Amino acid sequence: MDLEIRNLTHRYDDLDVLRDVTLTIPSGQIVCIVGPSGCGKSTLLRLLGGLEQPTQGEILEVGAPPKGSLNPLTYIFQDFALLPWRTVSGNISLVLEGHQLGKSEIQGRISDVLARTRLSDFAGVYPRQLSGGMKQRVAIARALAVDPAVLLMDEPLSALDSQTRELLMDDLVSLWERERFTACYITHNLNEAVRLGHRVVVLSRRPGEIREIVDIDTPLSERSADSAHLGRIQTQLWEMMREEALTADRQLNDA
Amino acid sequence: MHSPDRTVQTPTGVAEPIPLRPVAKDVETRRVPFRGAGFSPKALWYVPPLVFLLLLAVWEAGSRFGLISPLVLPAPSEVLTAFRNLVESGMLYNHLAASLQRLVIGFVCGTILGTVVGVLIGLYSLARSAFRPLVAAIFPIPKIALLPLFIIWFGIGEGSKVATILFGSFFPMVIATYGGIDAVDRSLIRMGQSFNMSRAAIIRKIVLPSALPAILNGMRIAASISIILLVAAEMIGAEYGIGAYVLLAGNLMATDQLIAGVIVLSMLGLIVSWLISLAERHFLRWRN
Ligand SMILES: Nc1ncnc2c1ncn2[C@@H]1O[C@H](COP(=O)(O)OP(=O)(O)OP(=O)(O)O)[C@@H](O)[C@H]1O
Ligand SMILES: [Mg+2]
Repeated sequence: MDLEIRNLTHRYDDLDVLRDVTLTIPSGQIVCIVGPSGCGKSTLLRLLGGLEQPTQGEILEVGAPPKGSLNPLTYIFQDFALLPWRTVSGNISLVLEGHQLGKSEIQGRISDVLARTRLSDFAGVYPRQLSGGMKQRVAIARALAVDPAVLLMDEPLSALDSQTRELLMDDLVSLWERERFTACYITHNLNEAVRLGHRVVVLSRRPGEIREIVDIDTPLSERSADSAHLGRIQTQLWEMMREEALTADRQLNDA
Repeated sequence: MHSPDRTVQTPTGVAEPIPLRPVAKDVETRRVPFRGAGFSPKALWYVPPLVFLLLLAVWEAGSRFGLISPLVLPAPSEVLTAFRNLVESGMLYNHLAASLQRLVIGFVCGTILGTVVGVLIGLYSLARSAFRPLVAAIFPIPKIALLPLFIIWFGIGEGSKVATILFGSFFPMVIATYGGIDAVDRSLIRMGQSFNMSRAAIIRKIVLPSALPAILNGMRIAASISIILLVAAEMIGAEYGIGAYVLLAGNLMATDQLIAGVIVLSMLGLIVSWLISLAERHFLRWRN
């Protein structure tokens, strides 16, 4: 299933946040969206998953979602959004309980996703006992449990320290290698964008418009932290963002 | 792999700490003074019983040596005798039964109604607009002031007493409950919506558990208000009840009975607050 954004414009009262965004998120690819702070990235993602309604334009699901998908558009949040009073497996069962699945089916799905995210030993543990990186892995497991068609991720690694981030990026890459999921991945971090994105979309300062779309052909598994080619792309992205960020910074200070 | 700081790799491959450089003889050295003490009071378990015993001893001695007039303050031993009489005559049971019945009915009904109304205010615009100003206007009235009105409405018997307690526990529960719901982390609700959870499931599995600590806190406040109102209500036209017993003792200047009654009230308060702590420990065990 592809996700298609057509001529999307969004406004909060008289604040223009997004202007005329047209973009396709093709099945099986990770599309990274970068842009200066406040340019409307999180808003775009909320619109994509139907948590908000666009002022103008439309967002289309193209093609049927995979059979058995319980929640085609599934989020992974920056702050994990785990319920502190439920254990790891309880947090996953939360999103399965409303779907008329049998007890054993729910149990099966939970142990399956825990195994896929290497969390099997932590099923009975409460979120506060976990490190940030593990919490985000639980959130990823929860998202996988509903067999999503598209994963919507808003800075999923930015609450983590850089070592943990590096490890989780590797996790995401190997996960993608196995499952070829589709994702829209929002980030501040250009390094994440060039490591994970098949396509990187640069948004301008607010009101966010698409400034540039960069396709990266190197397969995800062959991208390493110190590749010169990726470094060049990252620099190129940074050049684009630099002036936008500078102007945006001044804009925010005026407001 | 490079070796961590402050170790050297020996030919045997075992890391050994680098020896510290010896300080030259003629250089003055002093230990860094510790400045971080204090500001962390701890509960010393042996102090409370000691303070209690000391107080009782001083009090008893003062009474025996005639420093404290028995009319002003009877000796602890006399209070104990009064208490024993109360128990042995079976009156403690009568008084407690009457009080507990009022307290439990009033508090339980008030708490349940208050929680329900609080949830409605927390979730629905209409209920919020309709009830919140009303609650804000009525909450600050000391409910004792309404007792005469309740006596006119519900009669001097059980009705007015239970109504006072019910009313008194209702309002703090309403305010605590909707406050708790207002404070629920919106990102958790967003998460629920993003997984297509039904509204009912979001309320039951996300909103109410989030608000539970606030609701239990409200119960604590409601319980202490209930006990105050219980005693006040029992001081008007009650045959049995701890409040009636204390009032009667006061009228007879029987200070030993009066203090025995007050101690029963203190116990009652402690037990109620202990029960709520138990509930907190059970329902909020995910916290620690
Ligand atoms: N619910 C809302 N109501 C009004 N204004 C909003 C709302 N949500 C976001 N905004 C405004 O819209 C603009 C874009 O916000 P958004 O959170 O989408 O930016 P962002 O690109 O995600 O920023 P960041 O990089 O800091 O996360 C901001 O100026 C913000 O103040
Ligand atoms: Mg954002």
